[in-house]
Amino acid sequence: MNDRPRVGVYICHCGSNIAGTVDVADVARWAEKLPYVEVSRDYKFMCSSLGQELIEKDIKEREVNRVVVASCSPHLHEPTFRNACSRAGLNPYLFEMSNIREQDSWVTEDKLEATKKAKALVAAAVNRVIFQEPLESLFVPIDPNVLIVGGGITGIQAALEIADSGKHVYIVEREPSLGGHMAQFDKTFPTLDCSACILTPKMFSAGNHKNITMFTWSEVEKVEGFIGNFTVTIRKKARFIDESLCTGCGLCQEKCPKKVIDDVFEAGIGYRKAVYTPFPQAVPKYPVIDHENCTYFIKGTCKACEKFCPTGAIDFNQEDTLVTLKVGNIILATGYDLFDARKIPQYGYGRLPNVFTSLEFERLTNAAGPTGGKVYLRDGVTVPKSVAIVHCVGSRDKHYNNYCSAICCMQSLKFAHLVKEKTGAEVYEFYIDMRTPAKSYDEFYLRILKEGTHFIRGRVAEVTGTARSENKEGKLIVQAEDTLIGKQRRIPVDMVILSAGLQARADAKEVAIKFGISCSADSWFIEKHPKLDPVATMTDGVMVAGACQGPKDIPASVAQGAAAATRVLSIIGQGEIEIEAATALVNEETCVGCKECIPSCPYTSIEYLADKNKAHVIEALCKGCGTCVGTCLSKSIKLRHYTDDQLVAEMIGAMQAMKLFEAIDLETAAAGQD
Amino acid sequence: MYEPKIIGFLCNWCSYRGADTAGMARLKYPPNVKIVRVPCSGRISPELVLRSFREGADGVMVLGCHIGDCHYSTGNHRTAKRMPILKKLLEYTGIEPERLYINWVSAAEGEKFANVIHEFTETIRALPPITEVMK
Repeated sequence: MNDRPRVGVYICHCGSNIAGTVDVADVARWAEKLPYVEVSRDYKFMCSSLGQELIEKDIKEREVNRVVVASCSPHLHEPTFRNACSRAGLNPYLFEMSNIREQDSWVTEDKLEATKKAKALVAAAVNRVIFQEPLESLFVPIDPNVLIVGGGITGIQAALEIADSGKHVYIVEREPSLGGHMAQFDKTFPTLDCSACILTPKMFSAGNHKNITMFTWSEVEKVEGFIGNFTVTIRKKARFIDESLCTGCGLCQEKCPKKVIDDVFEAGIGYRKAVYTPFPQAVPKYPVIDHENCTYFIKGTCKACEKFCPTGAIDFNQEDTLVTLKVGNIILATGYDLFDARKIPQYGYGRLPNVFTSLEFERLTNAAGPTGGKVYLRDGVTVPKSVAIVHCVGSRDKHYNNYCSAICCMQSLKFAHLVKEKTGAEVYEFYIDMRTPAKSYDEFYLRILKEGTHFIRGRVAEVTGTARSENKEGKLIVQAEDTLIGKQRRIPVDMVILSAGLQARADAKEVAIKFGISCSADSWFIEKHPKLDPVATMTDGVMVAGACQGPKDIPASVAQGAAAATRVLSIIGQGEIEIEAATALVNEETCVGCKECIPSCPYTSIEYLADKNKAHVIEALCKGCGTCVGTCLSKSIKLRHYTDDQLVAEMIGAMQAMKLFEAIDLETAAAGQD
Repeated sequence: MYEPKIIGFLCNWCSYRGADTAGMARLKYPPNVKIVRVPCSGRISPELVLRSFREGADGVMVLGCHIGDCHYSTGNHRTAKRMPILKKLLEYTGIEPERLYINWVSAAEGEKFANVIHEFTETIRALPPITEVMK
């Protein structure tokens, strides 16, 4: 590349995302005067095909041989513009991107300052691109195996789609069985079909699919690598059951003398044994021994399960095992946690016995639940004659979560129907707004209205056991302002159901860090694009689906599971993936053979050539971090595409612009004083 | 009162994305820091930092992945060892060591990123321009 650099600069408006804060035309005019700039333009959407054509045309017609686009984050559109350069015959590594949206227009209050910052960032990129060199990309094959984290309905759907196409799937599930929250529900809105009846066949298909390997009672410990080539370490927690011998007969659960409150599957209102499967249709069928509650683990005697097990499958000496898997793509479908209703003390949950959470009610009304589907008060015998259902508990509330949890209105309507059907009780729904936007949802609302449920529009202020009049004695009183009639109301009821909102998993942030993706302030996983790329993430090869990305109902979760599967299959179909050509290179003329760089490399990709007394980088192993460059004392290693020249040029470009603006500001201030 | 000129060397995988996350959340912070993206904080050789000061940067930030989360597994271990030594050297040469800032910001930590920028900009603002120190 001895040709004189001819830089094309393109400033994107991104509609008003950038242009609303940055004076893009001014930046483009300013960039035109920078050294080596041949052409400088601003355009509404650089990523549109018309925007890309501008670049291609200038490369062909105006002999532009270096390209700078100032727009969004390179994590979003660097590949787009590199491809545009390639199409026009320009090496993609002669392209540089300037991030004036995420790192300027969206974060800078003052328009003048934002414009100045954009100019400095563009100057930095122009200065850098002059020093860039053409590079050839490497291609690596994509491992066709897929990891799915989370075995709820979303993960199951994604797994089946991929497995049916002939690719192998590993599902990692934290609980002893697949099924997730859907397995806990009784009926699903708006069709009221039985949740287990539609979920169980899917769980069974996943459990028996020849292309699916399940790791239940397991968690992902470590993730290394990149798209196409991830190495994942999974911790298989000790089940204390030898899966190769267990037939799932259930005798151990029957004989186990230790009853434990089931806080997970039964939401705290039912019991399980110390050796258990969460529910009878569990997939896989193998139980788990809860060693924290097992009498043998606590006292050293009992072993009832071992005595009765007909196949000798109980193994008290089992330990956690680590399994290493190679996969090319990962789908996260880790679901949600229920909002902890104890955080709102005025609603009385945990203090007033007959205040239930939505998940508790699901178990109460479930035919396979602790009461066999009978709706009883906490005493387990009394049928309620009146029930209040409170919407938006922990949602749409600035004290807890600002967002709408999306499912609670429909869920509450479903509860109203089930309570009426099973008990004939009077039902009062306390809502802020009724949100029933999906297919057949509003029709369901009308149906519940016709069934005679009372709707009171107002946020509940308090649930109390203290009556103000004798006829309300012994009742729970729900106080709210009925905003449609403008009056305070105190409704006495026997039972209150709190429709608790959905929250991101308590460990969502740790999981995000583990997989190298981002979380929103509410800890929901962030998708690559909220509209146009809803299941991919900023980390190639890692997809998100279902409620881990934001509150969603079952149809939306299933759709996302299938969407994520399709995205993954499309990547696998490409066969190989281009990886960065930015690898390190030793200059043998200046290398003194000190070997300092060798231990600095995280990938042992540097070898020592004893015959020459030189270090040498094995390109296929180098991942391009550049740690060796920072270590080398004789400055003999260069990291392609991140050379000292390029980084210093970028820094100087920004510094010069900042110094220039400072001088202008000083001059203006001085002139003002005269 | 002067506007400090700050250069931030940010690793591509965590901190640069943390800055993007701050943008996506529309968190506002001062415009003084200009970011230079590097693959790993381990790439940041002491010369890059010193050169930035020589070019007139009043402050230099080095942000990388949290220890244990490095995209290149241990690249940032070098940063964690290298940068404190460099701070000592700066002090020795008469440059306030606070002008070099090291921290770890993950891709999820948009809020932390914005806070770090606020903090560091104010730290530097309290110091004289580097041109006065390096006369």
